Amino acid sequence: MKTTTIQPMPPERLLELDNVHVHFTMREGLVKAVNGVSYHVNRGEVLGIVGESGSGKSVTARSIMKLLARNAIEAEGRIRFRPKPESEIDISALSRQSREMRALRGGSIGMIFQEPMTALSPVHSIGTQIMRTVMLHRGVGKQAARQRAIELLERVQLPKPAEMVDRYPHQLSGGMRQRAMIALALSCDPSLLIADEPTTALDVTTEAQILELLKSLQEEMGMAIIFITHNFGVVADIADRVAVMYLGRVVETGSVDDIFYRPGHPYTRALLQSIPKLGQAPMRRLRTIPGMVPDPFNIPEGCVFNPRCAHAVLGTCNVEAPSVVSFPGEQSVRCHFAGQLPEEVQ
Amino acid sequence: MAGFIFRRILWAIPTLIVVSFISFVIIQLPPGDYVTAYAAQLRHSGDYISLEQEALLRAQMGLNDPMIVQYWRWITNIVLYGNFGHSLEWNAPVSSLIWDRLGLTLAISTLSMLFTWAIAIPVGVYAATRQYSVLDYVFTIFGFLGKGVPDFLLALILMWMAFAWLNMDVGGLLSPRYQNAPWTIDKVINLLSHLWIPVVVLATGGAAGLLRVMRANMLDELGKPYVETAYAQGLSERQVVWGYPVRVALNPFISTVGWALPALFSGDVITAVVLNLPTTGPLLLQALKMQDMYLAGSFILILSVFTVIGTLISDILLAWSDPRIRYS
Repeated sequence: MKTTTIQPMPPERLLELDNVHVHFTMREGLVKAVNGVSYHVNRGEVLGIVGESGSGKSVTARSIMKLLARNAIEAEGRIRFRPKPESEIDISALSRQSREMRALRGGSIGMIFQEPMTALSPVHSIGTQIMRTVMLHRGVGKQAARQRAIELLERVQLPKPAEMVDRYPHQLSGGMRQRAMIALALSCDPSLLIADEPTTALDVTTEAQILELLKSLQEEMGMAIIFITHNFGVVADIADRVAVMYLGRVVETGSVDDIFYRPGHPYTRALLQSIPKLGQAPMRRLRTIPGMVPDPFNIPEGCVFNPRCAHAVLGTCNVEAPSVVSFPGEQSVRCHFAGQLPEEVQ
Repeated sequence: MAGFIFRRILWAIPTLIVVSFISFVIIQLPPGDYVTAYAAQLRHSGDYISLEQEALLRAQMGLNDPMIVQYWRWITNIVLYGNFGHSLEWNAPVSSLIWDRLGLTLAISTLSMLFTWAIAIPVGVYAATRQYSVLDYVFTIFGFLGKGVPDFLLALILMWMAFAWLNMDVGGLLSPRYQNAPWTIDKVINLLSHLWIPVVVLATGGAAGLLRVMRANMLDELGKPYVETAYAQGLSERQVVWGYPVRVALNPFISTVGWALPALFSGDVITAVVLNLPTTGPLLLQALKMQDMYLAGSFILILSVFTVIGTLISDILLAWSDPRIRYS
């Protein structure tokens, strides 16, 4: 455990994760899924979190909601949340089923999931599901809750909201269900919305519509969003800042522009190079990252990315874990050679 | 919804006609008829009946008519006059034999079904939400024991224990002195003191199976994303579990309500025989053995009507509880 004194959060800060560790006890052994993740979200800001499958981005998000699986151990770290300027809540000190935590879930923090097809209860109408949440957190009556549900469905631009409120999930298309899901997550005006790959299961056209909707809702309601995705294109579209995760660690954070134009970490660079670009010389194969994501029981020594890194230096990278190097602006990179890597050849 | 129910009821009519005909035919299928069985019984007890007398009996009972004529006579009497015919063996109207026992059968069976559900659902939900806990294993062991021990054996053991240790009067539903007494508080207490054995016996077997079903269903449902969504709305664990996955996991239960109804009627025949219960099961068994065709036929007809009505009820319940069925 670190014994540093806890820094007070700056006034614009909404959520701060500091050195969060999440482990899972499995039959095969202990899986260290999240190893010291620190990031923060400011009020009204969109933070994009990018990473491959298994990088721990969803697990980190669920630890904010305290919705981890039962075999999870929150080994270390602190999560602080400030829904109102005067009230700071230490989420990591709350228990999963505590009253305070339940008041945060759905009340101050909304969450949207990846699978709109299965993330809504099949036996309750859309309206019932929204009304339950509204009645729970707002303490209003049935009629008022129903009114609120219709209003929310209108806000997420579902056609004929007064009829939609009595529809069941199986009667809606994927895009419509995701809109209903958003309405559900936003039903109590949360100050933070966690969107866990909300467009991954949708086709590209619907994806664009949902992103537009989220952007306009964010402008209108002013909530902050943590947008988890593996798609850099989506991040560029919606995020203000980006955190790139690899094997349970944040390897680089920075503004969208910094990440896209001045990526500092070899992993970020490699990810960006694996995306096709318009105007690129034709007939060139896209670059791939060599190797596979290591299996969680054999995490490499030193920098976890070193076996796949094009710039790895033996003797340094495979021995010592790098610390975070901060740059002017808000960019910070977890690499031994941050700022010393050769300019990219495009 | 109304249209759905109406269509289902319309479909029930041809089903019942076919079922009544088939059940009548099946009862006639074994070689011989009631007179053959009756004569065999008489000879067994040393009496003598001549072939002429047999033929006379057959003619009186209309057993020589073609089967279709017999069926027509039987079914028109039921539909037009509510007359189920005459039991050949008991020499009494079928309806008086059946309805007497039917009330008690329904009482015992409904009670044991409610008991079954009251045990199986909460225990199944608990075992699933606390999978691999100590209590889950304990319930699993009891589940397999309850499923593995035959009902009639359990009935025998319980009767013996109640008789030998508790000095209770077991078997049947009433002590002899209350048999023909009017209904009083004492009679009800006497009934309850007899009723617990059949209810416990019937409920344990059923609950053991159903709790495994409930546990498996719940485990399926608990892993689904909508459960996580419900947690993410800030609902407490109890609200989530009972409000969402249990609702979906109950569907298989609801769809078996329909089969419960005929099972209620036929009861657990062996258990009923062992416990000497005046229910319908032993009577049906006897009627089939004696080829008492009007009695047996009426039994099977009522059983089929119950099946059809039961299925109808469970269809309606299912449509009410699961919108995916209502709209597709």
